[in-house]
Amino acid sequence: MLNKYPMWKNLMVIIVIAVGCFYAMPNLFGEDHAVQVVATRSAEVTVTTQSNITAVLESKGIAIKRSELENGQLLVRVSDPEQQLLAKEAIAEALGNNYTVALNLAPATPDWLEAVGGSPMKLGLDLRGGVHFLMEVDMGEALRKMEEAKIADFRSQLREEKIRYAGIRKTPKGIEIKFRDAETVGVAERFLKTKSNDMVYSDGSRDGNFFLVADMSDAYIKQVKEEALQQNITTIRNRVNELGVAEPVVQRQGAERIIVELPGVQDTARAKEILGATASIEFRMVDDKADAAAAASGRVSAASEVYPRRDGGIAVLRKEVMLTGDHITGAQPTFDEYSRPQVAINLDAKGGNIFSNVTKDNIGKPMATLFIEYKDSGLRNPDGTVKMTKIEEVISVATIQARLGRNFVITGLEHKEAQSLALLLRAGALIAPVTIVEERTIGPSLGAENIQNGVQAMIFGLAIVLVFMLVYYRAFGFIANLALLANLVMVVGVMSMIPGAVLTLPGIAGMVLTVGMAVDGNVLIYERIREELLAGRSVQQAIHEGYANAFSTIADANITTFMTALILFAVGTGAVKGFAVTLMIGIATSMFTAIVGTRSIVNALWGGKRLKTLSI
Amino acid sequence: MFQLFSVNKTVNFLRHAAPISIISMLLVIASFVSLGTKGINWGLDFTGGTVVEVEFSSPVDLNVLRSKLTSIETEGALVQNFGSSTDVLFRLPVRENIKSDIQATGIMKVVNSMDDNAIQKRVEFVGPQVGKQLAEQGGLAVIVALICILIYVSFRFEWRLAAGSVAALAHDVIVTLGVFSILQLEFDLTVLAGLLTVVGYSLNDTIVVYDRIRENFLKMRKGTPEEIVNQSITQTMSRTVITTGTTLIVVIALFLKGGTMIHGFATALLCGIFVGTYSSIYVASYLAIKLGINREHMMPVEIEKEGADQPPMMP
Repeated sequence: MLNKYPMWKNLMVIIVIAVGCFYAMPNLFGEDHAVQVVATRSAEVTVTTQSNITAVLESKGIAIKRSELENGQLLVRVSDPEQQLLAKEAIAEALGNNYTVALNLAPATPDWLEAVGGSPMKLGLDLRGGVHFLMEVDMGEALRKMEEAKIADFRSQLREEKIRYAGIRKTPKGIEIKFRDAETVGVAERFLKTKSNDMVYSDGSRDGNFFLVADMSDAYIKQVKEEALQQNITTIRNRVNELGVAEPVVQRQGAERIIVELPGVQDTARAKEILGATASIEFRMVDDKADAAAAASGRVSAASEVYPRRDGGIAVLRKEVMLTGDHITGAQPTFDEYSRPQVAINLDAKGGNIFSNVTKDNIGKPMATLFIEYKDSGLRNPDGTVKMTKIEEVISVATIQARLGRNFVITGLEHKEAQSLALLLRAGALIAPVTIVEERTIGPSLGAENIQNGVQAMIFGLAIVLVFMLVYYRAFGFIANLALLANLVMVVGVMSMIPGAVLTLPGIAGMVLTVGMAVDGNVLIYERIREELLAGRSVQQAIHEGYANAFSTIADANITTFMTALILFAVGTGAVKGFAVTLMIGIATSMFTAIVGTRSIVNALWGGKRLKTLSI
Repeated sequence: MFQLFSVNKTVNFLRHAAPISIISMLLVIASFVSLGTKGINWGLDFTGGTVVEVEFSSPVDLNVLRSKLTSIETEGALVQNFGSSTDVLFRLPVRENIKSDIQATGIMKVVNSMDDNAIQKRVEFVGPQVGKQLAEQGGLAVIVALICILIYVSFRFEWRLAAGSVAALAHDVIVTLGVFSILQLEFDLTVLAGLLTVVGYSLNDTIVVYDRIRENFLKMRKGTPEEIVNQSITQTMSRTVITTGTTLIVVIALFLKGGTMIHGFATALLCGIFVGTYSSIYVASYLAIKLGINREHMMPVEIEKEGADQPPMMP
């Protein structure tokens, strides 16, 4: 019989729409005002902290809606913004310096919904306010560092193997190792090749000297860049956590850039200071053979370099780095017995071994701590990139008294410096400096205004479209309207379900546009049904033909729109991506509701009946 | 049942095709001339620079404000109202040796000297090399979209129709760009998104007409290509008017109520939908006819199945 859907099709429609509604539901509950507590220094947020905070708030007469402890983060929900401010002050006062206490908005999704994976749509920064940074990693610096490490490797490897070389230096073509005769070049090349295949070697001779030039292979360069990016992302993520921001986003973009989004943050200066600072330390041996007078005029042996000392004067250090900041796992600012500030450092196992070995061999000799920092100079290169200044200073020189292990202290700092060094070291060193190439700050009031505007436009447009469809197509118009509403709910549901989807202002525009365009499917079908009726077909046949003939048109039209949305998604960034996502979801769901959804209602109401006329 | 258009009488749309397509051509030429001479008023996303949006507690005199922006940090700032008389937008070009946040603080200093209660609503800074890259990517996106569509439509229909649809799309994109150029409206990322949406939307329209043309060629044994195209356009006109109408309604709602940040997006869509609707008739269909589309082109290609010439094994 014409126009009867099998039971499974009806069931499918009901289930799909029900699932869409279900996952759209969390968006109805809105958000709670909350205070977020994160431990910064050596402290930890525990159940004890939680009960302390509860007691403090109770004594101040602030009612807690709910408090949750998750992943070392405490979230205390209160009823309104006023209570939120009071609660924040009370908690900050009670906990002291070792915690970051921040205002936050937490989704008020009920537990049972959350348990089945229901969560509201994530809002983009343009809708809730905050800072967006696009940072670029200085890959030239990452490669330069890696090259330096290779030079040190070559030195020790050749020395261990007793292959005599006359000198190693860096040239624009790569690392040039000088030998006295041609045979040694061959021996060295074969030996170095067995050590690693990161480098490409080429040999040559000039003015009676023999060279081996080692250059990084393309694959190795790619790997170094990839690692530099990954490590910087990890480090920046750690630093963002130190800032105590709720739901921050740190993700890569392309080969050299990192996106950082900090919702709710307005103090951009502080955020930039923490994110952008590239500080690290290196431990190097002091070149005690250097002649002080010669060093003052910059003449030192090829294996050494001159650095300024923070307390004035200069220090001559060996080029070889004994240990870098990468191995540091913990750093706390403390005071020694004379109340002088110092930083207590913990190393990882590998760093501990290296450090233990080099200090064992150098007891009684002076070791220096070199502090390296890249700072945004505030100036720009002609091409618009930020000029970075590199600051290198010896912050302390100490004689190694005994073999050191995984825990030791660095002295010679001011109190504030000790604190910020500890913070930076703990958050991990950036392997290469980063610069901020894009920064956007959206005020919270503007975010709220954007939502309000978008929703208003949607309601306004939706109302007119609904009325028009109802007047023009009557009963069928009513069905199309149901489909349109179901479609909107499903877009919201799918957006909430997909973890990566973020609702942005253009995303709202995409939803509004979906409202206008989604009726197209039904208009095509209904116009076709009308045509068939005018051509004198029976009601049942007209419905059948209408749906059948319109299908290929709808599919063709939507596939092409989907393609453009896909291209938008591929090339777009941020907000445009958000638009593309909503558009794609909208196309998919509107095809479903307009073709399958309305058909099942039409079939249920009129299918298989003898009808003379149709309300269309 | 009431109808906007009656399907009983075929309207001779193509009768006016020649003069209208000349107007269309003139529009494209005008757009090119404007793009060549005036260029596009690229937004921050593409040029790089700093934008500061400030809400004053009471309306401000922009000339007074401008005259106060004399410090080195605020040099070259463009000052304009943004949405309302209390919202002011400052645009600063990228300057060598001056940091963007110093530019922004410079602005706020001047602003606060006039109005203590002014709020900084938005600060954006984009490096010039990021913007350049974005412009290249955006242009590439439009071209890739057009090529993909050309391939898809050739595959689904026929190359003459595909050529017609791509010509119509290129026409829509160029004229929309032309409008932005002539009126010197700011072209930012959301406008680019709008432009690509226009591509999608206009194609929607073209495909609906094409689908009907193909169907009618196969169904109607008699009639010249012009007659068949006219018939097809007439049959789909009702749908075109309704869908364009509902979409225009919501886009107008976005334009009026969506807020200033998506004004550009709504503007691009507004003119794109308008241009895209008539171009599906007067550019896409007309060009396909000029390229000599006829019934044979529409015949489905007979696919010879392997073993089709063998007698069936089962009776």
